[in-house]
Amino acid sequence: MNEKQNNHEIIRRMRRKSLRNSLLNYGIVIVVFAIMQTMIATGHISSLLKGLLVPLCVYVIAALSLNLVVGISGELSLGHAGFMCIGAYTSAFFSNVVGDSMPDLPRFILAILVGAVFAGIFGILIGIPVLRLKGDYLAIVTLAFGEIIKNLLNVLYVGVDSHGLHFSTTSAMDLNMEPTGRQIVKGALGISGTPKNSTFTIGVVLIIITLIVVQNLVNSRSGRAIMSTRDNRIAAESIGIPVTKYKLLAFSVSASLAGVAGVLYAHNLATLNTKKFDYNTSILILVFVVLGGIGNMTGSMIAAVILTALPEMLRFLNNYRMLIYAIVLIVIMLFNWAPASLDFRSRMRERLWKKHGSDAEGGR
Amino acid sequence: MKKLTRVISVCAAAAMVLTAVSPVLADDEKFVIGGIGPVTGAAAAYGISVMNGAQLAVDEINAAGGINGYQVEFISADDEHDAEKSVNAYNDLKDKGMQMLLGTVTSAPCIAVGGEAANDNMFLLTPSGSAVDCIAYENAFRVCFSDPAQGAKSAQFIGEHELATKVGIIYDSSDPYSTGIMESFVAEAANQGIEVVSNEAFSDNRTDFSAQLNKAKDAGAELVFLPFYYQEAALVLKQASDMDYAPKFFGCDGMDGILTVENFDTSLAEGLMLLTPFTPNAEDEMTQNFVKAYEEAYDGLVPIQFGADAYDGIYAIKAALEDAGATPDMSVSDLCEALKVSMGNITVEGLTGTITWDAATGEPEKEPKAVMIENSEYVAMD
Amino acid sequence: MSFLTYLKDGISLGSVYAIIALGYTMVYGIAKMLNFAHGDVIMVGAYVVLMLLTKAGVPGILAIIIAMAVCTLLGITIEKVAYRPLRKASSPLAVLITAIGVSYLLQNVALLIFGADGKTFVDVIKIPSLSLGGGKLIISGTTIVTILASIVIMICLTMFVNKTKQGHAMQAVSEDKDAAQLMGVNVNGTISLTFAIGSALAAVAGVLLCSAYPIVTPYTGAMPGIKAFVAAVFGGIGSIPGAMIGGILLGVIEILSKAYISSQVSDAIVFAVLIIVLLVKPTGLFGKNIQEKV
Repeated sequence: MNEKQNNHEIIRRMRRKSLRNSLLNYGIVIVVFAIMQTMIATGHISSLLKGLLVPLCVYVIAALSLNLVVGISGELSLGHAGFMCIGAYTSAFFSNVVGDSMPDLPRFILAILVGAVFAGIFGILIGIPVLRLKGDYLAIVTLAFGEIIKNLLNVLYVGVDSHGLHFSTTSAMDLNMEPTGRQIVKGALGISGTPKNSTFTIGVVLIIITLIVVQNLVNSRSGRAIMSTRDNRIAAESIGIPVTKYKLLAFSVSASLAGVAGVLYAHNLATLNTKKFDYNTSILILVFVVLGGIGNMTGSMIAAVILTALPEMLRFLNNYRMLIYAIVLIVIMLFNWAPASLDFRSRMRERLWKKHGSDAEGGR
Repeated sequence: MKKLTRVISVCAAAAMVLTAVSPVLADDEKFVIGGIGPVTGAAAAYGISVMNGAQLAVDEINAAGGINGYQVEFISADDEHDAEKSVNAYNDLKDKGMQMLLGTVTSAPCIAVGGEAANDNMFLLTPSGSAVDCIAYENAFRVCFSDPAQGAKSAQFIGEHELATKVGIIYDSSDPYSTGIMESFVAEAANQGIEVVSNEAFSDNRTDFSAQLNKAKDAGAELVFLPFYYQEAALVLKQASDMDYAPKFFGCDGMDGILTVENFDTSLAEGLMLLTPFTPNAEDEMTQNFVKAYEEAYDGLVPIQFGADAYDGIYAIKAALEDAGATPDMSVSDLCEALKVSMGNITVEGLTGTITWDAATGEPEKEPKAVMIENSEYVAMD
Repeated sequence: MSFLTYLKDGISLGSVYAIIALGYTMVYGIAKMLNFAHGDVIMVGAYVVLMLLTKAGVPGILAIIIAMAVCTLLGITIEKVAYRPLRKASSPLAVLITAIGVSYLLQNVALLIFGADGKTFVDVIKIPSLSLGGGKLIISGTTIVTILASIVIMICLTMFVNKTKQGHAMQAVSEDKDAAQLMGVNVNGTISLTFAIGSALAAVAGVLLCSAYPIVTPYTGAMPGIKAFVAAVFGGIGSIPGAMIGGILLGVIEILSKAYISSQVSDAIVFAVLIIVLLVKPTGLFGKNIQEKV
C-alpha cells in the first residue's frame, strides 16, 4: 500500500513538472511574440529580422513536429521535409485554384487545414508499411519517401480551365487546356504566385496550436503509451499496448504538423518548388531537434531559432559564412552532448553555485 | 544544466536581436546597387561570376567618374540558390541601404525576391533569371533571354539551317531553366519540321548520362539538344565519345563556359553548337578588354556569360540612371519609377550584344549569336 | 544488344556506388555510425589527386598513394576530434549531427580553396576500352578498373576482417564495445583503424568516381555519398559483400528504369525498389537478422 502511494506521489510530481514545462513553453512564445510586436510597432526592427519572422515560425513548427517522432516516439525520420512538401504543395494549389473567390483569411485557414490533412494522410499511408522497420533502416526508408515525393512532384503538371482540372506527367503542352486555361503546377518550376498570407501573428498562433497538440499528446495516456514503446518495445507489447497503432498515431500527427509548417512556408514566398524539400532540409530539421535536446520542446524551439538566424547574422563574414556555421555547429554539438563536456560543465556549475548537481540528467 | 543552457541560449538570442536592429540609412552621396546570388552551394559558380562581373563594371564606372557625378557602391549577398535565403539576403541588403537590385542570379529565388521587390517598388534587373515569372512585375527587367525565347530560337535555328530532322533532348527535370527551354523547344520543333525522337531527363544523378545517350542513339537522333549548364554538358560529351556516339550537339547560353572548364579535353567539344549572347574569345575590343580585366582581377578565372550579363546589367542601370537624371538622394520608389521609364529609352552596347528593353514587359531585345566550336575556338555561324 | 548495353552501363555505374559503399559499410559496421561526411572525404581525395597530377606533375600511382595517406589522416582526425568525444553520448543521434557538420565543413573548405567552378578530372587510369561483338558493346577502361578494384577491395576487406588479429578486434568491437574492452581489445585504436581504412578507400573511390565521371566540384561527393548509403542499406549495412552487390544492383536498377520505364521518374523508381526490398527483408539483402533481447 505504501509503495502504491509512493508511486502516485511520483506520478503526480512528474505531471506537475511536465505541466510546468508546458506552460513555460507557451510563456516563452508569447513573450517573444510581444517583444517582436513591440519592436515592429516602434520601428526598431531591421528588414532582415522582420523578414525572418515567418521562416522562424516555419522551422519551429517543423522542429516541434519532428521531435514528436524522434524524441517521443524514438524513431529516426529523415523524410520530414517530404511532409512539409505535401503540405506546401496541396495548400498552395488550393489557394491558387480558389484565388480571389474567397476572402484572404478564411481561404488561408482552409489552406492550412488542406495542407495538414493531406500531409497527415500521407503520414498514415507511409507510416503503415515503414513503421515495422527499426533504427537506421527506418531512417533510410523515410529518406527514400521524401525523395520519391520530390521526384514525382517535379514532373507533375496541373492546369485548370472551364472543364475542370487537367493533369499531366510529361509537359505543359500535354495538359490540352483551353487557351484561357491557367497552369498551376508547372513541373520543376513548381507553383508561383501563391498569395502571401503568412504573417508572424498567424505563425505564432500555429506554433501555439502545435505546442498544444504535441504537449497534450505527450502528457496523455496515448503519449505515455508511445513513450513506453520507445523505452522498451517488448515490455510495452507484453502488457498489451498496441505498439504499431501508437507509433502510427505519433507519426501521422507529426506529418500533419509538418504539413502545417509547409503551408506557412508556401504562403510566405511567391515561388514554391521541390528543391527546398530535399534530404538536406530533413536533416536540418533533425539538427534542430538533436541540438535542442531530443524530446525537449523548449530546446527544439530555441535551436530552430538560433540555427535559422545564425547564417543570416553571419552575413558579414561573406565567403567564410558557411564555414563558420559548420564549425559552430560541431562545437555546439560537442559542448551540449559530449560526456566529457557535460562532466566539466557540471563540475564548473558545482563550483559556481556551491551545491550538488542533483539534476545532472538534465544535461540535454 | 537545463537552466544554464537556457540562459546561454536566451542571451545569445538577445544578442542577435540587438545586433539586428539599427538599419543603416541610405547614403545621399552615392548610388548603392545590391547583388544577390549563390556564392556558396552547388550553383556558386554562377553567383560568383555575376558578383565578379558586376564589381568589375562598378569599379570601371567609379574610375571614370561615376554616374551623374556620383560614385557607385556594389553590395552583394549570398542566397545559396534558395528562395527563402534569397528573400533574407534581399532584406539584409535593404538594411544596408540598397537602392536598386541587380539580381537575383537564379530563377526560383528571383521569383520570390521579385514579389518582395514589387511590394517595396524597388527596381530589379536580373542578369540571368530566365524563367518567365522572374519579371512578372512591372518593376522587374532582365538582361538574358527568357527560357521560352531560348527554346524557340534554338528550334528555329536548327530548322532554318536544316541541321537535323531527328532530334534527341536531354534535360534536367529538377531545374526550371532546363525544363522551360525543353518545353518551348518541343513546342516550336513541330513548326520547324523537327521530330523529337527521344526526350529524356536527369535529376538526382547528375553524372551518369549513359542511359539517356543510348536512348537517343537507339532512336536515331542526328542532333542532341542539351539545354543545361556546361558542367554537366562536359560529362555528356565525354560519355558520348566513350560510347562512340557522335551526333551534332546543340546547347543554349548555359553551355558557354565549357571551354574554360579546367583540364577539359576541348577536342570533345569539337563541332558543338550553341546559342549564346556572349563568348569570351570574341574578337571585338570590348570583350577582349573585359576578359583581360576579369582575368587580372580574379586570378586568371575566365568569365562565363553570367559575368557578362552582370557587367551589361550594371551599364544598363548606369544608362537608365543617366537618362533619368537620377540622384542618390531620391527614394527607392522614386528611383524605380524613373528607371522603369528610362529602361524603355536606352540602348546598351554591351558584351552580350546591342540591347534595348521593352518597358512594358521588361524583356530585352538582342540578337542571339550562334557559334560553333572549331579547333577549340568559338566560330560564329550564320 | 541494346539491353546488354544498358546492363553494362548499369554495372559501370553500380561499381562506382559499390566502391563508395564498401567504405561506408565498413565504418557503419564497426563504429555503428552513419558517417555522412564519407562522401566529402571522397571529394577531398579526388581534389588531392587532381592537384598532384596537374600542379605538381606527380605520377598517377604515387598521387593515389599520397591521396590515400591524406584521406587516412583526415579520417583519423575527424574521428578523433568530432566523433570520439560523442561515442558515449546519451543518444547515437548526436554523432550523426556532428558528421553532418563535418560534411558542411569539408564542402566549404573545398569551396574556399578550389573555387566553385568544376574542374575536369584528368586520366589517371590509361587502359584501352574493350570492344565486344564487333564494336556493339564497348566497355571503357575505367569501368574495367573500377569493377576489378571493387572486387579486389571486397576480397581484401573480407580476408582482413576474418583472418587477421585486427580484423577480429573489429568484429569484437562491432558486437559489443564494452565486452571487447574487457577482453583487452583497444577499442579506440580499433575504431581509428576502421576510419583509417574507410578513408583510404574513400580516396580510391574518389579517383574511380572522378575517372568515370570526370568533373570535380566541392559537392561532388554529396549525392554519390547518399546513393552509396542507399546501396549499403540495400545490401544490409555492415555486410561487405552486401555493399558490393547492393551497389551494383542499385546502378543496374537505375539505368534500366531510365531505359525502359521513364528517365523522368527513375529516382523515384530506385527508391521505391529500395523500400520494397526493405519491407520484405527489413535488414537488407545480406544483413544479419539480429534478435532483439529483453
